[in-house]
Amino acid sequence: MIKEGDMVSIIEKKEGISNVKVVTANEAVALAVKCSRVDVVGAYPITPQTSIMEYLAKYVETENLPIEIVRVESEHSAMAVAMGAAAVGARAFTATSSQGLLYMAEMVYWVGGSRLPVVLAIASRAMGAPWIIGNEHTDVLLPREWGWMVLFPEDNQEVFDTIIQAYKLADSTLIPVVVGLDGFLLSHTTMPISIPEQSLIDSFIPKNTPKPYALDTANPFTHGNAVHSNVYLEFRYDIFRTIQEAEDLVDEIDREWEKITGRSYGGVIQEYLLDDADVAIIVMGASSGDAKQAAKNVREKYGIRAGVIRLRSIRPFPFKRLTKLANNLKAIGVVDRNISPGVAGMIATEVKFALYDLEKRPIVQSYIGGLGGKDIKVSDFENIFVELSQMVEGKVTPERAKWIGLDLSLVEQYFEEV
Amino acid sequence: MTSIKQLPYEEYFLAGNGSCPGCGLTIGLRNVLKALGKEVYMVVPASCSSVVQSPFPNSSAMVPLLNTPFAAAAAAASGMVRALRLKGKDSVVMVWAGDGGTFDIGFATLSGAAERNEDILYICYDNEAYMNTGGHRSGATPFGTYTGTTPTGKKENKKNVPFIMAAHGIQYVATASIAFITDLYDKILKAKDMKGFRYIQIFSPCTPGWLLPTEKSVESAKLAVQTGIYPLFEIENGVFKISPPSKPYLKKEKRKSLTDYFKIQGRFKNLKEEDIRLIEKWVDEISEEYSSMDGKKVI
Repeated sequence: MIKEGDMVSIIEKKEGISNVKVVTANEAVALAVKCSRVDVVGAYPITPQTSIMEYLAKYVETENLPIEIVRVESEHSAMAVAMGAAAVGARAFTATSSQGLLYMAEMVYWVGGSRLPVVLAIASRAMGAPWIIGNEHTDVLLPREWGWMVLFPEDNQEVFDTIIQAYKLADSTLIPVVVGLDGFLLSHTTMPISIPEQSLIDSFIPKNTPKPYALDTANPFTHGNAVHSNVYLEFRYDIFRTIQEAEDLVDEIDREWEKITGRSYGGVIQEYLLDDADVAIIVMGASSGDAKQAAKNVREKYGIRAGVIRLRSIRPFPFKRLTKLANNLKAIGVVDRNISPGVAGMIATEVKFALYDLEKRPIVQSYIGGLGGKDIKVSDFENIFVELSQMVEGKVTPERAKWIGLDLSLVEQYFEEV
Repeated sequence: MTSIKQLPYEEYFLAGNGSCPGCGLTIGLRNVLKALGKEVYMVVPASCSSVVQSPFPNSSAMVPLLNTPFAAAAAAASGMVRALRLKGKDSVVMVWAGDGGTFDIGFATLSGAAERNEDILYICYDNEAYMNTGGHRSGATPFGTYTGTTPTGKKENKKNVPFIMAAHGIQYVATASIAFITDLYDKILKAKDMKGFRYIQIFSPCTPGWLLPTEKSVESAKLAVQTGIYPLFEIENGVFKISPPSKPYLKKEKRKSLTDYFKIQGRFKNLKEEDIRLIEKWVDEISEEYSSMDGKKVI
C-alpha cells in the first residue's frame, strides 16, 4: 500500500516540481485562491463547501495575507461582496453548495449580467426537500443558464488548476466562471497536488490588466442601471456569443497551462479511448475515473470498443469537439448525476440538441443516476456500455431516460399510495 | 452649523433626471452628495433611485454608482470598501437605499454589515412605503396609512430602525429630513469623517405615493418634524441627542396639529378621529421619552 509520503515522492519525481501537498479538493480550492492572489472573498458556511472558507481564513490569519475575507450573514451577501469588490477592479471569489446556491441565485444571475470576472466554486450537493447532503450535480449546472461559464474538474489537482484557469477565462471574457467539484467525493477526499511556482501563476493570470469596467472616482460612471427593452436583448446577445466563442479559448487556456505546468486536461473535453470507439459514455467529474475503468474492462471482457467523453466545460458547451467525436460513434450514453424532472438528464438534453444536425446521428441515451449521493459503480458503467452495444445491434430500444440504481420496491413502498 | 448660503454650488446628481416633481429622494441625494463631494462610491439597491438615475447609457450621477439587487446593497458595499481599502483608497462608500430595501428585504444584510462594523455610510431615504412599485406597505409605513396593499389603512406601527441600528453598537445613527437641509448636510459632514458603520435615515416625501400635491412636498416634511411625528436626532456612541430642528417640538404646546399634517396627504385618508387621537398619544409619549433621554447614553 502506498503511504502519503510515498505518494508525494512519486509525484515529485513525476512532476519534477517540489511543492507537493496532500490535500482535499476543498483545500486545493483554497490554495488556488491564495495562489491566484484573490483580493476579496465572500465567506459563508455550507456543507460540503465549508472547509474552503476555513482554510482561507486560516491562511489569511496565520500567514498575514492581503486578502479580505468578509464573513457575511448569507450566501446572497457572499456573492454581493464578491460583486462589490469586482466592480472596483478587485479579484473576487466565493464558494457555495446546494441550498446556498439557490439562496445566492439572484446575485449569481446579477453578476452574470454585470460581466464581472468573479469565480464561484460549487462543491456539489443535492437540494431539498427532503434534507440531503449527498453529492449531485444539479446545483452546479443551474448557473449554466445564468450567464456564467461552468467548468467541472475530475480530481483535486485539476480542481486546483481549474480555479486558476477560471480566472484566466473570466478575465479574458468578462464572463464569471463556476468551478464545480464533486461534494464529498472530492471536497472531502485527500489526494496529492503539485503547486507551481508562484511566479508562473502570476504571469499566467496577471492582475494589472486594464479594467475598463471598474468603477473609479477619477472617471465616474454608472454600473447596472436600467435599460430600455430595445437594448436588453443586445446585452444578452453579447453574453451568448461570448460564451459560445469561448469554446476554443478553454482549449487554448488548457494548452497554455500545459506549457508551464506540464498538465493538460483536454480543454473542453477530455477524451479517453475514443480513437476506435463505437460506443461512448459522456460523464462529468469524479465518476469519470470509474467510467474510464469500465471502458477498459468491457474492451477486455467483451471486445466492446468503448470510450469516455469527459465533459470538462459545460459552458461553453463543446459543440465543435463533441460533434466531431460523435461522427465516429454509433451510440452515446450520457450519465447525468442531475435531473431535469420529467425530461431527462440535463446534459443529455444538451447533447441531443448539439448532435441533432449531424447527418449520421449516433443513438443518444440519457442515464440518470447518483442523485443525492447514491453510488454509481464501475459495473454500472460497464452495463451501460453493454446496453449501448445492444442498442447499436437493435436488441434494446432507447428510452427517453433510463435510471441507474433505481430501487422500484422503495418507490412502491413510499409513493404508490400518494 | 452650516448655513444654506454655504452649501457648495457643485452638483453631483444632475437635474433632468427621471424623478417626479417634488421628489424627496432627489432633494436629499442632491444635498447628501454636495456634502460628500466627488470622492464617493454609491451603491444603490432596487428602489426609485434605480430609475431616477436615468436609464443606460445615461446617468445623472457624477460619482461612480453600482446598482445592486434589492437585498444586496450593504453586502456589495462591504466587498467594495474592503477592495478599495486594500488598494489604499480612502473614498467614502455610501449605500443609498429606500425604506423597503432597508427596513425589510435588505435588513439582514444591513444588520450583518453593521455587526461587522464595515466602513460604510448607509443612508436610508425613508418615504414610508415601496414607492417604486406604486406604493405598497413596508416596515417603515406608519399606522393607518393607505397603500396599495393596505387599502383600508396599515394596522401596524412603523419599525424603529434607527434604534435597532444603534443597538448594533455602531458609532453613529441619525435621522434627518429633506425639509431641514443644513441639519442634514451637517450630519452627512460629520458621518463622512467617521470610520466604521454609520446609519442615517432621511425623511423623504413621495408626492405620487403619498397622494400629496407637488408643492406640499417640503411642507409635509417640515410638518412631520413640527408635529413631532418624525423627530430628528443623533445617537453618537450610544448618546442620544435631539437635533435643533426638533428640539422646540419636544414641548407639547409647541407641536403643530397632526390633523394638518395628515389632511394634506391622501395616504392618510382612512384615518378616523380616534386613530388621530391614538397617534397623538403615541407622539406625546415618544416626545416625553426623547426629552428625558436627551444628552444621555441610551444604548
